[in-house]
Amino acid sequence: MSLTPLRIGFIPLVDAAALVVAVDRGFAAEEGLDVALVREVSWSNVRDKLNLGLFDAAHLLAPVAIASSLGLGHIKVPIAVPLTLAVNGNAITASSALHAAIMAELPGEPTDPLATAQALARVVEQRRRSGAEPLTFAMTFPFSTHNYQLRFWMAAGGVDPDNDVKLVVLPPPLMVDSLASGQVDAFCVGAPWNSVAVDQGVGHILHLMSDLLMRAAEKVLAVRLSWANENPATVAALVRACRRAALFVEAPEHRDETVAILARPDRLGVSPDVIVRTLAGRLKVSPDGATRGSDRYLLVGRDGASRPERVQAAWLFAQMVRWGQVRLTPDALAVAKSVFRPDLYDAALGGRETIAAQPGDGIGAFTGPAFDADDLEGHLASFAIRRPFAG
Amino acid sequence: MAADSSFKILIVDESPIRAAILEEGLREAGFTAVSHVSEMRSLLARIYAIDPDVILIDLENPSRDVLEQMFQVSRVVRRPIAMFVDQSDSASIQASVDAGVSAYVVDGLRKERIKPVLDLCISRFNAFARLQDELDRTRSALEERKVIDRAKGILMKLKQLTEEEAYVLMRSTAMREKKKIADIAQSIVTAAEVLK
Repeated sequence: MSLTPLRIGFIPLVDAAALVVAVDRGFAAEEGLDVALVREVSWSNVRDKLNLGLFDAAHLLAPVAIASSLGLGHIKVPIAVPLTLAVNGNAITASSALHAAIMAELPGEPTDPLATAQALARVVEQRRRSGAEPLTFAMTFPFSTHNYQLRFWMAAGGVDPDNDVKLVVLPPPLMVDSLASGQVDAFCVGAPWNSVAVDQGVGHILHLMSDLLMRAAEKVLAVRLSWANENPATVAALVRACRRAALFVEAPEHRDETVAILARPDRLGVSPDVIVRTLAGRLKVSPDGATRGSDRYLLVGRDGASRPERVQAAWLFAQMVRWGQVRLTPDALAVAKSVFRPDLYDAALGGRETIAAQPGDGIGAFTGPAFDADDLEGHLASFAIRRPFAG
Repeated sequence: MAADSSFKILIVDESPIRAAILEEGLREAGFTAVSHVSEMRSLLARIYAIDPDVILIDLENPSRDVLEQMFQVSRVVRRPIAMFVDQSDSASIQASVDAGVSAYVVDGLRKERIKPVLDLCISRFNAFARLQDELDRTRSALEERKVIDRAKGILMKLKQLTEEEAYVLMRSTAMREKKKIADIAQSIVTAAEVLK
């Protein structure tokens, strides 16, 4: 039997693990797929090459899949997400100076995002009074979980992300240097970059994103909807290969092999040690060697992480509305939700998995009322800081 | 047709040679307001200063994502948008992505005015890729030549052969094993090193 050739784009991040292992460990080949993985340098490239058909599938920021389907920022191309590659996994890292300033103002526990956000608000206010430049925060893309998570966090403390600080995009490989040189004061990014900053002694991890949100869809396996409709068997095969790989990545007995695969120069090309810490959910958070652990730091496949739940798409859409990227209409919400395809996932695996306990609203945010996808306007009305849609 | 020289074009490319090839082409075609930025740290400041109508950026450049953000939020510069967002010309977008370049165009600039810039950009990027390819091939041919010479020397010494006999031996082995001569030569060199 000849294999089905596929070209799949990815960005070198630990949360591409399920996809990379599916290919390099041979699970994709066992499903009849001959996958060429193509490493890319920007999310814009991944999006364009997927949308134009140069890629059959891609490791993609979950919000980009929704933005493409709504035609935000670029050509409108309906995307289908048959599997989530990672839930959670980001962290906020601050320069040593900003970290110290926040700790000096902290009204509560350092792991409590409300306390750190309120401390940030005080630091921002002090800087304003002394005439200092506003703080600069870096994230990865306008339609990114990093953008929404940073905003969600600081707004909870009363900091308006569009007016009180500068929020800029930086390519992840440049973030650590920019923090060291003082061009940015903090950033939100996925693994391995937070750990790299700590290892180089230039930053402190302020929060694991699982401090803010119990479950946040991070990267997805994205295909064009038209392609999914024309190639249902291939989509199912790809889902099975990635699901098997996701469980492989999560299994401690396969950790060494997983890390060896991911660390290769043509995959992530970073030190194996950083990958080990990420997958173990045990991060060095300070240059002095202090560590923090979380069993929810990065979910590659456990606790039902692979199934693309529609509540996640709705939550991301709500953030787009909150920050003025899209107008709230019932149609747009329906499109956003329909991007995530648990039906394709269940069909590929032959039934519904039983999933361990999840937060009641599917998200588990540290602040605000329980998420309600059926009343987004009402839900968003409870957040004081928002930005109107500008068109 | 004389090209429209009135609009400002900014090339964002870390490869100085490719940028020079493109810039020269644009100037020859009559576009005189062409600038180039290769230093990504000052990218945003340069864009604010130049206020270009068209931005051309190579796809190997991670700073593309920075541009996307700027165009999302900027209230300072006129908002350029990704090329042909009106979706009327996906063939052009495909050709440019294939060639490895992307264009951002200030909203309101008519498509007919941009088309010559884009076509030129695509052909220059493709020409550069061919050059690069040729260079790589020449380089690897040179490398192969060196390995074959070394292997020849090893065979001549070990088996008391003439240079010609050594070459014939490698060639016949390559044919028998359906491999390239350079691969056989490499195995000989590797084996000789291991057995040293």
